[in-house]
Amino acid sequence: MDDRTHRASHRIEGRSAAPGIALGPLVRLTPVKHDARQHRSAAEERQALLDALAASQLALTVLAREAGDADAEAILSFQIALLEDDNLAAPAFARIAAGEAANRAWNAAIDPEIASYDGASDPYFRARASDLRDLRDRVLRHLAGETDQTVPSGVIVAADDMPPSTFLATDWRDGGLVLRRGSPSSHVAILARSRGVPMIVGVDVDHLENGRDALLDGYAGLLIVDPDTEMRAIYRRRRAEQSQVRQAAASFSGPALTATGESVRVMINVTGLAELSDLDPAYVDGIGLMRTEFLFQGREKLPTEEEQYQIYRRMVEWAAGRPVTIRTLDAGGDKPIMGLTQPGDINPFLGVRGVRLSLRHLDVFREQLRALARAAVAGNLKVMIPMVTVPEELDRCRTLLEQALEDLRREGLEAQLPPLGMMVEVPAAALTIEDFNADFFSIGSNDLIQYVAAASRDEPQLADLARPSRAVFGLIRHVVDYAVSSGRETSLCGDLAGDPEQVAALLDHGLRIFSVAPGALGPVKAAIARYTGAAA
Amino acid sequence: MNKLRASVLMRHEVGLHARPSVKLTKLAKAFESHIDLGLSPDGPWVDAKSIVKVMATKAPKDSTIYFRAEGTDAKAALEALVTLVDGDFQDGR
Repeated sequence: MDDRTHRASHRIEGRSAAPGIALGPLVRLTPVKHDARQHRSAAEERQALLDALAASQLALTVLAREAGDADAEAILSFQIALLEDDNLAAPAFARIAAGEAANRAWNAAIDPEIASYDGASDPYFRARASDLRDLRDRVLRHLAGETDQTVPSGVIVAADDMPPSTFLATDWRDGGLVLRRGSPSSHVAILARSRGVPMIVGVDVDHLENGRDALLDGYAGLLIVDPDTEMRAIYRRRRAEQSQVRQAAASFSGPALTATGESVRVMINVTGLAELSDLDPAYVDGIGLMRTEFLFQGREKLPTEEEQYQIYRRMVEWAAGRPVTIRTLDAGGDKPIMGLTQPGDINPFLGVRGVRLSLRHLDVFREQLRALARAAVAGNLKVMIPMVTVPEELDRCRTLLEQALEDLRREGLEAQLPPLGMMVEVPAAALTIEDFNADFFSIGSNDLIQYVAAASRDEPQLADLARPSRAVFGLIRHVVDYAVSSGRETSLCGDLAGDPEQVAALLDHGLRIFSVAPGALGPVKAAIARYTGAAA
Repeated sequence: MNKLRASVLMRHEVGLHARPSVKLTKLAKAFESHIDLGLSPDGPWVDAKSIVKVMATKAPKDSTIYFRAEGTDAKAALEALVTLVDGDFQDGR
């Protein structure tokens, strides 16, 4: 290969440690040299090491306080704990007493520890060697009177290894990291992933020249030095896509705002606690629909009041003050429950389901209402009744809920009357919404669509009928308008709310509370952010 | 010589790594008693208050951790340490 006329692009393969794309000049960090100290008396050397240890500890403590995330803090607190442990420096002080210089004595004390981690069979423990090297070098720098190494931003840093403390002190905007040592499980890799810094490991950095243009592909574990124009263009495009995706992710974690700055609430639909375990409640405006039928399905005995109470209470606690809307049992239709729904219903979707079923099994319904009233004490719980068709159904539910509260208080159990609202999914209810004594409304678009169109959503041949038509949007507008004029809240919790292509139409119709599957949070928030106002 | 003993199975995903070791030694230091940690009922024993020594055991997941303690608050110390390890170091990672 001849590169006398121009520099041919050069591909170097490593291992991916953190995904992402970076483009920029290479900056090679060289390890600090520490032999240049003058030797003094044993007492002076001892004091020098004590001072260096204390200064290192202080610097790490400050860094840990400023780090602002749990990963960084944990890594630094490990180093601080090592410094606080007299066992670490004891061999060094023994060597100093025997006449050795502080820096050499410190090296001699730490290096066997580093070697022992380097030799560990478990990759996790092996990765800790880097934390110890970092600590060793920090103390050495203090002994040599040097200040901490700084790294410019917007570059691709190449080094043997990078201590977490240097990583944390660096501005990584548009930058990337290439290391010889380190592994995907090293602390610095954990930090790189959590901060979105592309990083690869296992690269022979000795042959990399300072200042050469480079391209880092953290997905493929690839470093390209002197990339050609075509390659640059491809990666610029990929980096632009990457920042778009990151922006979408950022909008996912923040409050939902339209392009004109109007705030919209986006809540989630869930079936149980399992879905909440990976989700930060700060990312959502509450639970817009908790479907309780999944607590009842696939089991031999119906859940007890206590069982239900524990689950509802934990959901409310998870939400930490945000609303949690729990729908009472919506069995029947496509959701049969053993021992409760009647098999062989001629037309299940038009049969005994939802509140119709609950009002015919008062023993089961009362237990659920009791569990809900008890859990309401723990936070912002709301009760929602499904399949309400006429006002009297909701009135009966309200009476039962009030009775349940009275019973609980008489038994000495803590309970509270939660707001009582209704699902709007039967066209008759949507059309006469002003007749219902509900504290809030939630539009169930799946059933509303199939009842309005008289077309099953499970019949593929009728897919073009069972869709959000003008008739459906007309009913949605009617409900939203009434709710606004009467000071009530309306959300929409069907699949319609989770479809990014329908978001603008729903906003046009006045809807300002969406409840969607957790997976649709990002796309729906992104669609809301694109909304510039009702079409003229 | 009156050494109290306790043991507990450690289920933490990656073993006695940095984060759990920091928690364990911090907790041990909160007690006056002398506390040892080992990976077998007969030792070898290391000082449970020293992160250098505790990490050096490189105890993997599913190890049984043995403690022995001597001092005025030995009983409370063992209870607290066993609770910490048994509760997975209150650490979801």
